[in-house]
Amino acid sequence: MTAPSPDRKTAGGGLKVRGLTTTFATPRGPAAVVDGINLDVAPGEIVGLVGESGSGKSITLRSIVRLVREPGKVSGQVEWQGRDLMAMSEADLRKVRGAEIAMIFQEPMTALNPVLPVRLQIEENLSAHSTLDRRARRQRALELMNIVGIPAAERRLDEYPHQFSGGMRQRVMIAIALASSPKLLLADEPTTALDVTIQDQILKLILDLRDRFGMSVVFVTHDLGVVAATCDRMAVMYAGRIVETGTVTRVFAEPHHPYTRGLLGSVPRIGAERSMLLSIEGTPPGLTDLPDGCAFHPRCSFATDRCRAERPPLESFAAGREVACFHHRTVAAMAEAA
Amino acid sequence: MREMPLISVEGVSKRFRFPRTAPDILTGRSPAAVHALNNVDLEVHRGETLGVVGESGCGKSTLARCLVRLLEPDEGLVRFDGQDISLLRPAERRAFNRRVQMIFQDPYSSLNPRMSVRQVLSEALSVHAMRQKADIPARITELLGLVRLPADAAGRYPHEFSGGQRQRIGIARALAVEPEVLIADELVSALDVSVQAQVINLLLDLQERLKLTVVFVAHDLRLVRHISHRVAVMYLGKVVEISPTEALFAAPRHPYSKALLDAAPELDPARRTCVAAARGELPNPLDLPAGCLFNTRCPFAFERCLAERPHLSNRGPAHLAACHLTDFGKPPPATIAAQ
Repeated sequence: MTAPSPDRKTAGGGLKVRGLTTTFATPRGPAAVVDGINLDVAPGEIVGLVGESGSGKSITLRSIVRLVREPGKVSGQVEWQGRDLMAMSEADLRKVRGAEIAMIFQEPMTALNPVLPVRLQIEENLSAHSTLDRRARRQRALELMNIVGIPAAERRLDEYPHQFSGGMRQRVMIAIALASSPKLLLADEPTTALDVTIQDQILKLILDLRDRFGMSVVFVTHDLGVVAATCDRMAVMYAGRIVETGTVTRVFAEPHHPYTRGLLGSVPRIGAERSMLLSIEGTPPGLTDLPDGCAFHPRCSFATDRCRAERPPLESFAAGREVACFHHRTVAAMAEAA
Repeated sequence: MREMPLISVEGVSKRFRFPRTAPDILTGRSPAAVHALNNVDLEVHRGETLGVVGESGCGKSTLARCLVRLLEPDEGLVRFDGQDISLLRPAERRAFNRRVQMIFQDPYSSLNPRMSVRQVLSEALSVHAMRQKADIPARITELLGLVRLPADAAGRYPHEFSGGQRQRIGIARALAVEPEVLIADELVSALDVSVQAQVINLLLDLQERLKLTVVFVAHDLRLVRHISHRVAVMYLGKVVEISPTEALFAAPRHPYSKALLDAAPELDPARRTCVAAARGELPNPLDLPAGCLFNTRCPFAFERCLAERPHLSNRGPAHLAACHLTDFGKPPPATIAAQ
């Protein structure tokens, strides 16, 4: 496999996100759904954005390409191949979106237009973002269907989304996303609605496409198994903030944030059947009434007075590793002892 | 001799028929039907946890519903404690309903939004006359403690609780009538990972304390492996393999079980593969393939698989699989000797 080295710098190519913040005005005051996210994605790298429902991972993805509707407000800096997407005009942004940066969504059932045959939906992207003529577009659409592994592609191009199964619809979504040979794929839980054997096929497809086309991928998921199977690096989100980053191998081997540790412990492990899982007590906080200090402290067994008063910043503690916790050394030591 | 199973499912089939259409009437065809269960055989023993796994559309929820008699099988029968549950007299049926309880998948739609937790629980208690009226409030407090909900939860309504807490209310409702069997249909699949672990821990704890028999229907292999003593793998309405958990996960004896296990992403980033575990997708349950149901996706299929449907046969201690390749997945003798 041609997995890129994890510490490859993003200079020139790639995506660089700094201080990305998205707030929604709610009756109970403004809620920062995404709060000061920093994220780097190198060319050819797959970065996993992990968190539970409501942690802001999907909104982060949408904020990157400014796909957040009113009353959502996005601020911060998103640099894509040296250009600032936040400062770009809507017209210029549309040339980037769907062309250099493509996105696939969680619900293959609702993201396709039900009244258009899939051929038109693939060709639509081609006519918007390429100079191909009608005949070449047809040819390219067929080629894309083959790349994503849809059998009998010629015949199926003229079918409508309802004639496809969930897995095949997700493949169509990927074909549309790939139509313009994107450099960056933003994937929002692309396999969550699918069965495990189909999920496996789609994940392998994304890995294969990364290897063949050197695409970068940001992969939003709540499933740590999916992260382990596909991503190079990961960022764990909690209550709108990134709490830990690192290479997948290192984070799995040595989680430094108590939330990451709890998440990993919540997943049953082989060899410990019918034992109590290391669960995290309580539930994630509502974004309008975040606790003071560290947002995780009410659920954290390591919390001290300092955590209740002061918010820990995301700081680097080793090469390529960052964590937002005052007690991360203790947490890591515990994980090692266990 | 082995103990009599608490629940036995014998040759159960269930079809859901579509309304007869005009072309059906003209051509004299019988109307289309979804074959949800196809000749399922299964036993559940007292005190064990049986995991039932399979992908969507494999009939696992239909099976769960047949076990509690929310659905009547078209063929075959379900025995509980030796008795055919479709022949129970009304009084026996009430007793059966009490002894076998189901917990549903969706914590948002399985609780009446207009009933407080107290009303939900006291309804269960009074319908089955579990307690004198005066003792009901004390029992409700006890039940809430059992599922680790705060005592003041009784006066609140479902919308005031999170998903995990609602699933606890569902568990409390099921436990209120002191059942012997819990049928949990995708108990935690609607919950976040960290909350899943809380509910799983609770279930394990309650099972030990109350000596419950649990049928745990789920699609998540890791969870099923974690909590089950035995596992049944279903494919297109048929049990293709059933075995003690460790034997199944160590050496699956059916190609579908193997594909399912291989497809589940490993939690170990070092054990990554690039090859998909199974090709193709589930066939249409309206129109089942002849012969083995898995033959459309099975890389090992040969002529016999296209013609003849395999039945469950013995593969080892309490290990059954339905495949013509009786040696499939058999560990070579050398490795057994090495262990």
